[in-house]
Amino acid sequence: MPAVLIDDVHKRFGDLEVLKGVSLNVESGQVVALIGRSGSGKSTLLRCINGLEAINAGRIEVAGHAVDQDPKKLRELRKDVGIVFQSYNLFPHLTVGQNIMLSPRITQNVPQDKAAELAREVLAQVGLSEKFDSYPDNLSGGQQQRVAIARSLAMRPKVMLFDEVTSALDPELTGEVLLVMEKLAKDGMTMLLVTHEMNFARNVASTTVFMHQGKIWESGPSQDLFANPQTPELRNFVTAGTK
Amino acid sequence: MQTFGWPEAMFIFRAAGWTLLLTVIAFAIGGVMGGALAIMRLSRIALIRNVASVYILVIQSIPVLMVLFMSYYGLSIIGIELPPFFAASASLAVYVSAYLAEIWRGSIQSVPFQQWEASASLAHSPAQTYRYVILPQAVRISLPPTVGFLVQLVKNTSIVSVVGFVELSRAGQLVNNATFQAFQVFSLVAVIYFAICFPLSRLSRHLEKVMNASRSH
Repeated sequence: MPAVLIDDVHKRFGDLEVLKGVSLNVESGQVVALIGRSGSGKSTLLRCINGLEAINAGRIEVAGHAVDQDPKKLRELRKDVGIVFQSYNLFPHLTVGQNIMLSPRITQNVPQDKAAELAREVLAQVGLSEKFDSYPDNLSGGQQQRVAIARSLAMRPKVMLFDEVTSALDPELTGEVLLVMEKLAKDGMTMLLVTHEMNFARNVASTTVFMHQGKIWESGPSQDLFANPQTPELRNFVTAGTK
Repeated sequence: MQTFGWPEAMFIFRAAGWTLLLTVIAFAIGGVMGGALAIMRLSRIALIRNVASVYILVIQSIPVLMVLFMSYYGLSIIGIELPPFFAASASLAVYVSAYLAEIWRGSIQSVPFQQWEASASLAHSPAQTYRYVILPQAVRISLPPTVGFLVQLVKNTSIVSVVGFVELSRAGQLVNNATFQAFQVFSLVAVIYFAICFPLSRLSRHLEKVMNASRSH
């Protein structure tokens, strides 16, 4: 069974249909990049996968959980599915260490000392061991985003979702975040990411999915997809990106 | 005729103690009720939301004096006699709850909605999200207006003198009626109110500055 199974998903906001029958499978250990213009539905699709948006029709299963709006089932799902947002969303009143320890402690009853150990481990993974006692406000955007990734990793997720995580960062800081993500990909994490970083999609994602007007317009192995776009829409999108 | 001397001043000081006690009780009980109402106002269930909204709307739209009359005289008609101190505390608590509920609802809502999303995405329940993520941030935002409201409350407790409860203002009136030394008597009363309210006002302003400083980055 695939790690993420998306079957004919439809999503409407009022009269606006944002997803018009999207189907996509992500195998365990696979890295899939979702690309496309703003408004093509790629972020919405990602948010549907962990239930932040309820779908109107179709079926999504992720890490063995059917996405269902029942709050209890959603919580079980979210223990296995991490998400990182464009705006980091760290908890500003907690230190970096506390940000990371909170969820394992309150959702999985991990004792304090074990949680601290876990926090140090994931912080080392994102290269920020020395920031354990800092507050988010005292970190750069790139560092905050790496902490957000560490916070998700502390839940030991089976699947990680990344929603335009570098869009708010300048190129230098973008680099440090992408490096962390690339390492994660190499370690075999199942990842689904919405990105505007075409080089990252091409080089790190095994599969790239181009979304257009609420549909999967074109998808395939990343290298092929970028080298030989089959549709004029993707061709335009790719050349616009490299100009 | 009595003159304004030490015993009269002591009488006024003791009454100031009642004003403080009344403020503390009304604020404590009203605070608990207000907190519950604030969260009810933000419930996903429309019925709970509406019950809280109607309560707040009604209480904010009638003078505290009427709440006080209703609880003191109104209830005595149906056979429930409340002692003045009890009626006064209860009425003020009701008044406090409606205002704090709105201050705190606003504070909770000014925590960015992304914090809710991030918390929910980490598998926290709504109660955990409130306790660990939203309320600690909302409390910081709410501190200056809450302390500001507390200052209003100290002064508004004078209203309970109408049901015969002797607090600071009423004590001043009584002493004045006996001594006719209005200037001395009410100067003392004013100074005591000032001594209670001024530090609170300063605290409110100080908190505002501290909060702003920690938010600008």
